[in-house]
Amino acid sequence: MAKKTALVQGNEACAHGAVYAGCKFFAGYPITPSTEVAEVLAAELPKVGGSFIQMEDEIGAMAAILGGSLTGAKALTATSGPGVSLKQELIGYACIAEIPCVIVNVMRGGPSTGMPTGPGQSDVMQARWGTHGDHAAIAVAPESIQEIFTETVRAFNLAEKYRMPVQILFDEIVGHMRERIEYPEPGELEVIDRAKPDVSPEDYKPYDSSKGDIPPLASFGSEYRFHVTGLNKAADGFPTTKPDLVDAEERRQIRKVEANRKDIEKNEEYMTEDAEVLIFAFGSTSRSARYAVNELRKEGIKAGLFRPITLWPFPEERIAALGKQVKGMVVAEMNLGQMIYEVERVTKGSCKLEGAFRVDGEPITPAQIMEKVKEVN
Amino acid sequence: MAERFEIRFSGAGGQGLITAGIILAEAASIVEGKNAVQSQSYGPEARGGASKSEVIISDGPIDYPKATIVDACLAMTQEAADKYASGIKDTGVLLLDSEFVKREPQGNYKIYKFPIMRTAKEEVGREIVANVVALGAMVALTDAVSREAGEKAVLSRVPPAFIELNKKAYNLGFEKVKALMD
Repeated sequence: MAKKTALVQGNEACAHGAVYAGCKFFAGYPITPSTEVAEVLAAELPKVGGSFIQMEDEIGAMAAILGGSLTGAKALTATSGPGVSLKQELIGYACIAEIPCVIVNVMRGGPSTGMPTGPGQSDVMQARWGTHGDHAAIAVAPESIQEIFTETVRAFNLAEKYRMPVQILFDEIVGHMRERIEYPEPGELEVIDRAKPDVSPEDYKPYDSSKGDIPPLASFGSEYRFHVTGLNKAADGFPTTKPDLVDAEERRQIRKVEANRKDIEKNEEYMTEDAEVLIFAFGSTSRSARYAVNELRKEGIKAGLFRPITLWPFPEERIAALGKQVKGMVVAEMNLGQMIYEVERVTKGSCKLEGAFRVDGEPITPAQIMEKVKEVN
Repeated sequence: MAERFEIRFSGAGGQGLITAGIILAEAASIVEGKNAVQSQSYGPEARGGASKSEVIISDGPIDYPKATIVDACLAMTQEAADKYASGIKDTGVLLLDSEFVKREPQGNYKIYKFPIMRTAKEEVGREIVANVVALGAMVALTDAVSREAGEKAVLSRVPPAFIELNKKAYNLGFEKVKALMD
């Protein structure tokens, strides 16, 4: 049977992807350009036995999804940069208390209110280091309507599997544009549910890592009772200041991502095999970059595209290798230079490096990228 | 179909030009199975101001989702014509509402015009379907999708009570431009 297809916005695809992944709880506060995610879920979640709540603000919404997730529900909030700024304290709480949740950031310009209806990609470092303290981060950056659906499903899988917050970053362009989507059939995409404790309620410790770096999470309100805090804590969930315990816990929480990079990282490479010059681009900008690669190839310039689908963790190994292969790299991003620092850190000066940046609310054009490519070729 | 066919609908916010773009993209991608991307840009205001909606249609994958060089453009108001009737290729076409656009943009493309709003109001009976009149006209002008695919996409979007009204609007727009092209 032919698959169900429709012409939908990226924001709509994100909402449908969340339902497919088994999301049962959304809390949010409307903000352009992300509002359609909330609109669709307000209609769809009640149909699948889920709940939707519009909170008093973005902080309340983040707190609500942490509470919802602790009861066992897959939980989502959607916002834009200004909203993510407000959520930072509780994102840190989700990191240390290891509460699975998904945060959608449909990026616009900034700082502050910026340009609500214009696109931006200036929240990528915020997604890595927005909340204080050492912590691991996972963020995905889809470039198309179909990929927003599949990456939303994967974001839930990663959040549940690694017991941590995962951010989905796309921008106003893909959030609002419409393309055909083919809805995957149930069972076609992998859907991961969080591991449940296999010990009795009396023996349960919420941060017991004796069987692995990701301890199973019991549901609040079930027979399992446990303590949740933002303080450094011991295996039983209660606060501790014992240096060895604090150190071990901090390291474990970072290791659960670092040791599983192969499972988490996802990239696309286009014409990189023989590339002499590489464009690093993500989200909607990678579409301009692919167009640029095709045009440059017609002119005889051996250009290639590296597109990180997971921005965090950063694809260090592959970028280091590509840095040794090519003469130059161009990092194209709708900000004034953020991911370029990661590329620079990893390539260690092994190739020329230029940025194609833009922050005026207009997309980076293929022509702008092509010009920069010619500078480093 | 060329590698990339770019169409821009522009007018005042609230005239339904974004909807016209969505319907054209549905006709191309859902009805005809080609690739299509529809995007829009608008200011913070809900009505008024100049608004535009762009549709890229291609048999192959569409990378850059915004217009590069426009094959066909519609401008329903003077402000939209001044702001958005640019970047049209020499072999391209521009359709204007002749009652609202008095100063015609200059270019090597071909200009077609008829009173689109008045056609909707007086000949179809409702001003609100001016966007569907314009859509029919743009389909006739460009062959971007077949006449039937365009009509099917229009009708799949409207409630049963408005099917006849929209059918009339779409076909009248189509016929008006065909007559101008002869």
